[in-house]
Order: sequence, then C-alpha cells, then structure tokens
Amino acid sequence: MGLLSKKDQKLILDPLADNNPITIQVLGICSALAITAQLKASIVMTVSVIFVLGLGNVVISLIRNIIPSKIRIIVQLTVVAALVIIVDQVLKAFSYQLSKELGAFIGLIITNCIIMGRFEAFALGNGPWKSFLDGVGNALGYGIILIIVGFFRELLGSGTLLGFKVLGDPIAKTGLYATGYENNGFMLLAPMALIVVGIIIWVQRSRNKALIEDH
Amino acid sequence: MSNKTDSNVYTVLFAIGMVIVVGALLAFVASSLRPKIDENKRIEKQQNILYAMGVNENDESSAIFVADDVVGEQFQKYITKQLVITEGTKVVEDDQAYLIDVKKEQSNAKEGLERRLPLFVGEKDGKTYYVAPIRGKGLWDAVWAYIAMDADMVVQGAYFDHKGETAGLGANIKERFFMDDFIGEHLKDDSGNFVGIAISKSNGDPLNKDKTDNEVDAIAGATITGDGVAAMIKSELKLYVPYFNTLKN
Repeated sequence: MGLLSKKDQKLILDPLADNNPITIQVLGICSALAITAQLKASIVMTVSVIFVLGLGNVVISLIRNIIPSKIRIIVQLTVVAALVIIVDQVLKAFSYQLSKELGAFIGLIITNCIIMGRFEAFALGNGPWKSFLDGVGNALGYGIILIIVGFFRELLGSGTLLGFKVLGDPIAKTGLYATGYENNGFMLLAPMALIVVGIIIWVQRSRNKALIEDH
Repeated sequence: MSNKTDSNVYTVLFAIGMVIVVGALLAFVASSLRPKIDENKRIEKQQNILYAMGVNENDESSAIFVADDVVGEQFQKYITKQLVITEGTKVVEDDQAYLIDVKKEQSNAKEGLERRLPLFVGEKDGKTYYVAPIRGKGLWDAVWAYIAMDADMVVQGAYFDHKGETAGLGANIKERFFMDDFIGEHLKDDSGNFVGIAISKSNGDPLNKDKTDNEVDAIAGATITGDGVAAMIKSELKLYVPYFNTLKN
C-alpha cells in the first residue's frame, strides 16, 4: 500500500481485527443475525455496506462544518436513507435479479448501527479522504465477520455453500449424508449467529490477550 | 460548532434545504430509472408465467427462466389467450391481462368493488395450461405465485416468490425442491370439492409421491411462511373454481 501513509493504513486495517466493529465495538449485531443464514447474502451485504458507509462518510465529512448540531442525527439518517434508496433503485434498473434476491437486505442497511456510529464518531471530525478510508475499513471488518458466520451457518445448516451442495444430497443420502450426518437446522436460526459470533470473539481474544478488558 | 450553526433559524433553513436537495435527487433518480424498472418487471412477470407452465431452461437443481431478450416472443408463442374473469364465470379476453395488478384487485375486492381475476391460457406440446397469478402473506411480507393447472385443477407447475422472507428458511419457497413438489398435486379432493394444498409438517411422505393427498412437505423452520402459502392457495385459487367448473361442462 505505497499510496497510503502509515496512519491511513491503520484506518483501513485496524477495523479488520483489533478494532473490529462487530467483535470489539459490538455494533451491527442485528444485521449479522438477520442475514448470515446464507453466504451469498453475507457477501452482498458486505459489498453494499462498503459502498454506503464509504460514500456516506465522505458526504458527512464534506458537510460536517455546516450541519446544525441539534439535528445532526437526523441529517445522518437522511444521508444513509438516500444512499440506500439510490443503491436499491440502481440495482432494480440494472441488475434486477440481484436486487430481488437482496431486496430485504438493502433496506436493512439503514438499521445498521455501524453506519451511524462511524458518521458520529469519525466523519463529523475528520476530512473526506480519511473518512472514506475509515468507512471502507469498518465495512470490511464488518464484512469479514459476516462472511465467516455465513460460511459456517450455510455449510452446517444446509450443507451447501453459495447454493452448491458440498456435503452431498440430504434426501438421496449421498456424500457425507451416507455416513449418517444430518444438517443442523438450528444453524439456520438467528440464535446460532450469536453463538458463532461469540466463538469468533473467544478465539480472537484468546490469541490476542491485549484485547481482553480489565475490570 | 460556531454559534451560527446553533441558531434556530439556521437549523430550520438547513432542514428545509436538505429536504429539497435530497428530495430532488431521489425524485430525479427514481424518475430516470422508472422506464427501465417497469420493463424489468414486465419481463419478470412473463418469465414467471412461462416458468409455471414449464417453458424454462431448468437444470436439475435451480430455477432458470427464459432469457430476457426472447421472453417477449416466447410469451406470444406459448400464451394463446389472456382472460379476465369477473363474477366467477364472466370471461373476456384481454391481451393486456398480464398487466393486471393482483394486489390492487385484492384491495378493490375489500372495498366492495368488483375483482378482476387474470388467467393465462397456454399451449405446450398439445397440452393446455391455465396459469393463475395469486398473492398472499408470508411471515414478514407478501408472498405470491403463478400456478399452472389443467382443466381438472391438477397443478402442472408452480412458481413461488416473496418479498422479504428469511434467507435460508422461508425464502426457500422459491427453490426448486419446494416448487417441484406441487407438480401433479390435486387442488380438489376425490369428490371434486376444492380443498387447496396443505403445507404439511408430518405428512410421512417426504418424497411427495402421493399426489392426491392435497399436501406437500413443509420447509423446516419456515412454518409461518408455509402456512401463508397454503392459505394463499386456498383462498385465491378458490375464486377460479366456478370458471374451471364451466370448462368441464
């Protein structure tokens, strides 16, 4: 990353692990529960959030000096909602199939607290370029967790990955199912997303003791 | 923050300006993309109708539609008649029947207005298909379907779709394994009464070999979506029964 200074690199890389929005900041949990039953949905949500958070951070940063502080949350919400509507409309016009598969998730971006969190904590106090990097970094950090959770939930819950049967056919009993393996339907329900996120947090903190908070 | 941006006048003016700018931007985006989106919806509708009557490019595992660029001519080729049914048995032909909005018709019916029921008659390999568009409620939002039947109301094909059912659970109603179960299923019982198709959790027939039992296998974890689908089939297709009865006479 020759283009980026050390500080800029930190903006992108920190949220991927040591300051991850889900496992460290504990934001964006609701959407992580809602959409990770399938890997594909996780990937598309990640791409959409990168777009909305990256651009939204830039917009908020550009207008940060003229936003009245009394209504700044409403202004932030308006920016997110407008961006999400634009993404939705463009997808509907140019990639209709994809937009249908993702309809519900695109709308869910508005409810993602990472976005408002980054607007409030970073974009309101920093320049557009830094805000853009911060937005992309946080969206990537969010996406990594989403994709890991989506991978395990789809694999163990449906025996598929991105829709392809990787463990065999559960009805015809081929592949792993021939040995008596059954899909764990519980993986498809929302509570398992929390448990998988919990396991990721556990693994991450046991590898990096500095993340454990003292009380 | 400076004092200037904290004053009430500034705040109100900013809010008004923001609403105008964002509103204009969104209106511009929406209106410039509108024709393209409407065209996509038309293509989708025609693809769904053709899919239900078996005109598609399916392989074994996924639902694949006729390609976007040929769907218009395929629709002309296979759909021989588009009917609009009113008052149970009054039928008129209307080559724009596929543009009828089922959701709007349902709300018209609720307000006591006359409901128009579109029905598409298709011919394929010498067989006649009657495709009915229906709409109901799932767990989170609307579910809808195109059901292709023969004159005896035996399902010949089905396409289900939804607006916002849970991915991996209720959203599976649009997967092949679920939709294909409906093929061959009877909507009437042995004595000819309309009973619909139940989405059963314990039918003891997971491969769905018995097609006259009026039930298909449910999707695990999608009870309410399944109930919604069954309720939709029952209440909506029932409206077509008087017309199908005239076919037999």
